[in-house]
Amino acid sequence: MRHIISILIENEAGALSRVSGLFSARGYNIETLTVAPTEDSSLSRMTIVTNGSDEVLEQITKQLNKLVDVVKVVDLSEAAHIERELMLIKVRATGKDREEMKRMAEIFRGRIIDVTESTYVIELTGNSSKLDSFISAIDVGLILETVRTGVSGIGRGDRILKV
Amino acid sequence: MTGAEILIRCLQEEKVEHMFGYPGGAVLHIYDELFKQEQIQHILVRHEQAAVHAADGYARSSDKVGVALVTSGPGATNAVTGIATAYMDSVPIVVISGQVPTPAIGLDAFQEVDMVGITRPCVKHNFLVKDVRDLALTIKKAFHIAKTGRPGPVVVDIPKDVTAQTCAFEYPQTVQMRSYNPVVKGHLGQIKKAVQLLSEAQRPIIYVGGGAILSDASEKLTKLAHQLGFPVTNTLMGLGAFAATDKQNLGMLGMHGTVEANMAMHYADVVLAVGARFDDRVIGDPANYAEESRKIIHIDIDPSSISKRVKVDVPIVGNVPDVLEEMLKLLDTVKIDPAQIAGWWGQIAEWRGKECLGFKQDNDLIMPQYVVQKLYEITGGDAIITSDVGQHQMWAAQYYPFDKPRRWLNSGGLGTMGVGLPYAMGAQFAHPDATVACITGEGSIQMCIQELSTAKQFRLPIKIISLNNRYLGMVRQWQEMFYGSRYSGSYMDSLPDFVKLAEAYGHVGMRIERPEDVEPALKKAFTEHKNDLVFMDFQTNREANVFPMVAAGKGLTDMILAEDL
Repeated sequence: MRHIISILIENEAGALSRVSGLFSARGYNIETLTVAPTEDSSLSRMTIVTNGSDEVLEQITKQLNKLVDVVKVVDLSEAAHIERELMLIKVRATGKDREEMKRMAEIFRGRIIDVTESTYVIELTGNSSKLDSFISAIDVGLILETVRTGVSGIGRGDRILKV
Repeated sequence: MTGAEILIRCLQEEKVEHMFGYPGGAVLHIYDELFKQEQIQHILVRHEQAAVHAADGYARSSDKVGVALVTSGPGATNAVTGIATAYMDSVPIVVISGQVPTPAIGLDAFQEVDMVGITRPCVKHNFLVKDVRDLALTIKKAFHIAKTGRPGPVVVDIPKDVTAQTCAFEYPQTVQMRSYNPVVKGHLGQIKKAVQLLSEAQRPIIYVGGGAILSDASEKLTKLAHQLGFPVTNTLMGLGAFAATDKQNLGMLGMHGTVEANMAMHYADVVLAVGARFDDRVIGDPANYAEESRKIIHIDIDPSSISKRVKVDVPIVGNVPDVLEEMLKLLDTVKIDPAQIAGWWGQIAEWRGKECLGFKQDNDLIMPQYVVQKLYEITGGDAIITSDVGQHQMWAAQYYPFDKPRRWLNSGGLGTMGVGLPYAMGAQFAHPDATVACITGEGSIQMCIQELSTAKQFRLPIKIISLNNRYLGMVRQWQEMFYGSRYSGSYMDSLPDFVKLAEAYGHVGMRIERPEDVEPALKKAFTEHKNDLVFMDFQTNREANVFPMVAAGKGLTDMILAEDL
């Protein structure tokens, strides 16, 4: 099952490698991983999308908690939460595709943020499946390049991950 | 004060008395400061791996943190096996490694290696000190992390320029880390549940691992076991936590455990696991173990050890002695009728009747088990025994009953050949008056043989009991049993003359070939040569195997016994 794990970790050199190294050493799966400092620059917030059985997830959270630099760990997917991912996608936009691409971007509430004679760069935000849907909705032959940030997540309402 | 001076002052503040190390370019400033002081004795080893093993053995045999000092590059990489060994057995050590100067880091400088990167998966934590102003706090944290919670090795990598930079020195008295606060007290509700289960048990067993030794829980554990009257089994790492000669002790369990311990562990209805981790060498295939419906109570300071291989019914996260203390308090109010488990003891007596550790010593060839038995008799069971890894390790565990904790030092988790002699060195420094013997084989001893030189320099009267069967015995045993006796790479040709070798290093060497010479030779070694290092080369039966044996991947009840063959 898919899980979204949020981690507060000391913003120290090598902290990311401790987490990613733990996943590879113990054979856990990382689908996406994002990390950036929080409003308190001594802390980083990391979001990892992973999958595994309940037993594996239990081990993942325990092993993460065991890392000396990790301050807090929650499995966001255990309760109501919001997840978002940003994608920048460069597509060929010539001839009839030019108008079609613009229309598709609008349908998906994306924004065209770079325009040349033959290409667009479209910015699209949403949960991962929305970004997947966009990719499958357009002609794959027109895709020149995609870049995705990976999932960021936050709990709804009173669920707060803070020191 | 320079960084090097600060480092030494920090170690002094931590009451470090012994440090095992090997100098090199990146740590020259530190060695210079070591030279100028007297509190810390530096022990020069002959290979960095041995420095870390010795620090590890020092920590295992005492309740102190072991300290090793190595230089950058090859010094650091040589230390890695030692660090991984300590990590797998949760031993508190601090390893200080030199690093190239900060401006040179990342430029493939001479003797540069990314020590923090290399050791990340095999340390509890590690640090690279980039600023001399962080040094004192980092050392404080390193010792704190190494010895609290589930103990483990901590590496502090210090670039050479940091050891030359100066700043004011102040050693922090306490350390606060928001990201690191190990649990000590167990959850009372869980402890109550556990006591309830224990009081209802009809086929109980107490399963004790290395955590009980690391946390110095022997006394409370013994009290609890006696109060409950339950059978106890120790893991390889737990030997000595509960006295081997106690009638409630069923012996070691696991791959080479006794019939009574393995059967009781399998057919128990309530298992109280104390600082143990149900690893593959203990319960074999977890699927097989899971077949039986039994309740498992698991006390461990590391939550990730709980329900890792086996689903636990009552997890109790906490420091073992603290949890046992609470259990004892609750047990005072609970009455347990010994009749409730009388049938269980009857069953155990039947299993014991198999006498699974029996062996025959004839007049021809020395049986390795016999040597260990005689060693036990001659040392009065009171020596610190270290071992390497292989058949001799199992025979030591089976035939030398340990009644006290921290007397049995071996590499259980990583299974590192070569630890025996450096462990003995570490133990001898921690206990200068103790009898220290290293049970080894001709394969393992050669993995750190160079330390005979260190032992000479520091006049360590270690007794090396080498069970020499001219084979890599455990490998040969598996090849005999599972690979059609194709002894691929497991024989030892061109062995050195160990007597001459010992003498070349300035020690006493003995070669023992006949069963009747075993006892007199041991006596001589422990009396006449009490103050010498004696290398005893026992020429043992080449074909002797370790039994009972649970083959890898099999269940605990699936034991091969000596009599089956």
